[in-house]
Amino acid sequence: MDFLNALVTLLNFVIIPATAYGAQLALGALGVTLIYGILRFSNFAHGDTMAFGAMVTILVTWFLQGAGVSLGPLPTALLALPVGIAATGLLLIGTDRAVYRFYRAQKAKPVIYVIASLGVMFIMNGIVRFIIGVDDQRFADGERFIISARTFREMTGLEEGLAFRTSQGITIVVAIIAVALLFWFLNRTRTGKSMRAFSDNEDLALLSGINPERVVLYTWLIVAALATTAGVLYGLDKSFKPFTYFQLLLPIFASAIVGGLGNPLGAILGGFVIAFSEITVTYAFRRVVSYLAPESWQPDGLLQLLSTDYKFAVSFAILLIVLLFRPTGIMKGKSI
Amino acid sequence: MKTMQPKHVLLFVLVGALFIGTGFVQSWNTALTIFNMGLVSAIMALGVNMQWGYAGLFNVGVMGFVALGGLAAVLVSMPPVEGAWAAGGVQVLLGLVLGAATIVGAILVWGRMRPGRMRGIVILIILVAGFFIFRAVFDAGVARVESVDPALTGYLGGLGLPVVLSWPVGGLLAAGAAWIIGKTALGLRSDYLAIATLGIAEIVIAVLKNEDWLARGVKNVTGLPRPVPFEVDLQANERFVELAQGIGADPVSASTIAVKLAYAGLFIVVLLALIWLSEKALNSPWGRMMRAIRDNEISASAMGKNVKARHLQIFILGSAVCGLAGAMMTTLDGQLVPGTYQPLRFTFLIWVMVIVGGSGNNWGAVLGGFLVWWLWIQVEPIGLMLMQGITAGMAEDSALRDHLLDSAAHMRLLTMGLILLLVLRFSPRGLIPER
Repeated sequence: MDFLNALVTLLNFVIIPATAYGAQLALGALGVTLIYGILRFSNFAHGDTMAFGAMVTILVTWFLQGAGVSLGPLPTALLALPVGIAATGLLLIGTDRAVYRFYRAQKAKPVIYVIASLGVMFIMNGIVRFIIGVDDQRFADGERFIISARTFREMTGLEEGLAFRTSQGITIVVAIIAVALLFWFLNRTRTGKSMRAFSDNEDLALLSGINPERVVLYTWLIVAALATTAGVLYGLDKSFKPFTYFQLLLPIFASAIVGGLGNPLGAILGGFVIAFSEITVTYAFRRVVSYLAPESWQPDGLLQLLSTDYKFAVSFAILLIVLLFRPTGIMKGKSI
Repeated sequence: MKTMQPKHVLLFVLVGALFIGTGFVQSWNTALTIFNMGLVSAIMALGVNMQWGYAGLFNVGVMGFVALGGLAAVLVSMPPVEGAWAAGGVQVLLGLVLGAATIVGAILVWGRMRPGRMRGIVILIILVAGFFIFRAVFDAGVARVESVDPALTGYLGGLGLPVVLSWPVGGLLAAGAAWIIGKTALGLRSDYLAIATLGIAEIVIAVLKNEDWLARGVKNVTGLPRPVPFEVDLQANERFVELAQGIGADPVSASTIAVKLAYAGLFIVVLLALIWLSEKALNSPWGRMMRAIRDNEISASAMGKNVKARHLQIFILGSAVCGLAGAMMTTLDGQLVPGTYQPLRFTFLIWVMVIVGGSGNNWGAVLGGFLVWWLWIQVEPIGLMLMQGITAGMAEDSALRDHLLDSAAHMRLLTMGLILLLVLRFSPRGLIPER
């Protein structure tokens, strides 16, 4: 019984939240890695792209809620998501036309793109703050739990409850669908194949008649979809605050690099590696251990390796270790 | 100085006119406040320019180095807290030494032992055991230090030395952090350095916010000693009051302006010394080597230059300058408030300064520092005026009108992004180009 209680506590506080967070990071890192693979720069505006997509979705959600539309037990935000993706897609394509295309024509160095993306980041950040403000916004509705802690306790008779929130369930399901769609697109469709060819060897791809502008256009559209989805899921699971999205940049980049920049499978793996280590290292294991250890060994402290405020330090430490020992990432990414 | 041409002097005159105009239109007090922060910003821009302009290194962790400088100001200038050292200060230090010894031990073992599974296991044991010993010693010490009068102190305090000494110390702290980052991330892709610096900046801020024993965390350290007299002391000083009345000024406003001028004088000395040093360095064989490495790493290393070592050197130097500026800024503020360190303000804004001013040119970076800082401050009232103009025709109780007026403050981010993109596109070499 004690063993089951320990397991349930672990599931409740570590495994389920880390899986949901990992899925969100993976979606964000997929966007970063795609831009890196096709356009060959690290996009610093990615966090703010996620914030923009989430913001549009929130506004549409509020409108739908006002009009009395709802999805029953599911959050209304899922209905608004396509609008958010479309708006973000338009924004990204507009940014590409106005900013990045010029540097592509010039064949500028990657670092120039990165600086340009800083400018884009400023502008997107300004737009988001201008429209929705800097405060926390909650927009989740519908059923809060798939299984609530109390139902679980009554069902199983265990001391510990297991809460499985709708937002966590939706995050995992939506992430699986999004990743499946992405891989289907990249591996099966003509455009997807030309994107991979372009990413592997630009010159050869151009020689075989692939239109680079088309590839870039599709990349931005896919990135818009991924970033908006990641942003909305994160917002549903936690809450929407523009500055948090900016701060997500670090774990997202860490995920993409740890997995191997430019490698989509690596981005997913990296997302989960970062999420699980972040939550495991900052979780206080006292309750889990108190079920497993005999009476006399009961822990005094919280058994927390690092306080939660240092979660950035975890992604950072993993990043440094990977850079030191395996600079191309766990799954081989592009050249160092 | 061969790099200054008449039209560049004219640019400086124009920026000077902006500040003088502020003095006439708003007040001299405001103009001097902006000017003092402009001086600090110019020094930060010089530091970033060393890294980016001379060597092409992309550092987006300026905020972290600036904050380390701020920490130095507290550690050097605040008086030591009575009792905190006796309560647990020694234990805290012992804990930190044990933690460092663990890492050094692991590195030594890594070098001594042959690669293989044994090495991995030994290292893991050293790290895990070291971590728990460190936490046991360190946590107990921290708890005791933080319980010493937590409402007022609850930290170790500083050394009680003159605050000006903290400026070079801030540079040293930042240089130490830069060494760690540079050792890891230099020699890899430029993007990796960017992301590693982004990370270290966030961690420095997290440490400042959470380690109460160090600098009181979010409880802030206020009332830092000042290198210049207090306004009230000047107002109490008869000679000063006579002097102020002699030129027909009100002693109260004269004292605030005198204090600001004193700060400005100190900062100008530092800025001029740094410009002189960097111009000397840039035009020396060393500077030519740096630029040769920046323009073509492969041919430079073929000529026998150690690219990675030179990169590390310039990265540490540039970060040290940022740390110095950070200590100066905290001295000017008179307090350390970790919550105010925002990456947009302390990292990316400095980048806008360097790009707008002219990367690779020290005078350009300084000009960019002053100009962009002035804009950053003034865009807000201008944005508000613009919004009032736009909303003038709307109904008083219109929700849109309220929203637009409230959001005017965010105009500055938009403006800065736009300026950065426009300069990068149409005048990528900045206002004062490198050559």
